Amino acid sequence: MNDDALRIILADDDYDDRLWFKDAIDEIKVKTILTLVNDGVELMDFLLKPEVHLPNLVFLDLNMPRKGGMECLKEIRSNPKLKDLSIAIYSTSGLERDIEETFVKGANIYIKKPSDFEELKNIIAKVININWHYHTSGLNKDNFLLNLY
Amino acid sequence: MKLHIKYDINYCCKIILQEQLDKLKLPYTITGLGEVEIKGKIPTSEYNVLEKSLKKYGIEIMVNPKNIFTQKIKDAIVEMVYLEESLPTTKISAYLSNKLDKSYCQIANVFSEITFTSIQNFTILHRIERAKQEIIEGKYSLTEISWRLSFSSVAHLSNEFKKITGLTPTAFQRIMKKRKETEIAS
Repeated sequence: MNDDALRIILADDDYDDRLWFKDAIDEIKVKTILTLVNDGVELMDFLLKPEVHLPNLVFLDLNMPRKGGMECLKEIRSNPKLKDLSIAIYSTSGLERDIEETFVKGANIYIKKPSDFEELKNIIAKVININWHYHTSGLNKDNFLLNLY
Repeated sequence: MKLHIKYDINYCCKIILQEQLDKLKLPYTITGLGEVEIKGKIPTSEYNVLEKSLKKYGIEIMVNPKNIFTQKIKDAIVEMVYLEESLPTTKISAYLSNKLDKSYCQIANVFSEITFTSIQNFTILHRIERAKQEIIEGKYSLTEISWRLSFSSVAHLSNEFKKITGLTPTAFQRIMKKRKETEIAS
């Protein structure tokens, strides 16, 4: 079974950010399958495909054209089929009000985009590690909040 | 009368596997290298049935013994963190080697090899998880919770809580309360 590979999807409209994220994931020792999409519309299309093998972890940029992260968050959390997804908000905003609002709306993780590659790698590794525990170690996902600002 | 039979053992095994796997009604592929890939997860009850029906043909599902041992370690830690009314003050290392009858060094090595994390990390994660539950339940104050979970003080609990979640216990409490309110409102 290839079930031990972690499936991750990143929705971000910035090409450089996507590339950077992919490089960071490639350097982490956990086995992952990464999907990249350009915005919220593509993300929701992907998640709602009837035959899709759902990801374990969604990284969501807040500001995207067509459909932003907040809207995706709402749609994902109101769809019972998607209730097991862990959602990480991946944003440039560091306002405490924004952070709390995303948590209240059902995000599990808040990440302020780092400017340093090593830091990005550390953050992603930490997120993957804790998320993995929530999937395999009987932790209650409803209580899963992680703020990496 | 004597019949002379020629058979292809690989082909036989493949057919048996197919017959048994078809019963699961899950999409699968047989890779031919002694591996079967199944899309999605098998419920434990069906896994047990599959294991049993394959055993009849002398086919065994191989499990990594280290995985099984790691599960035992996790179970022991979780049991310690959740079942005790307040956490025992004995060291986790002594508790585990006593409970699992192996040296702590052996236990810790297998654990980090399989989980990519340490026993200390895993334990603190679960202690904080229990703290979260008790915070949400609202039955105990933070002082009481820190005492129940064998933290030396509220400050110590808050520190560890923040390290694991990035939030203070109070912010966590506020967010979960608001979440509940918006859920009720919608």
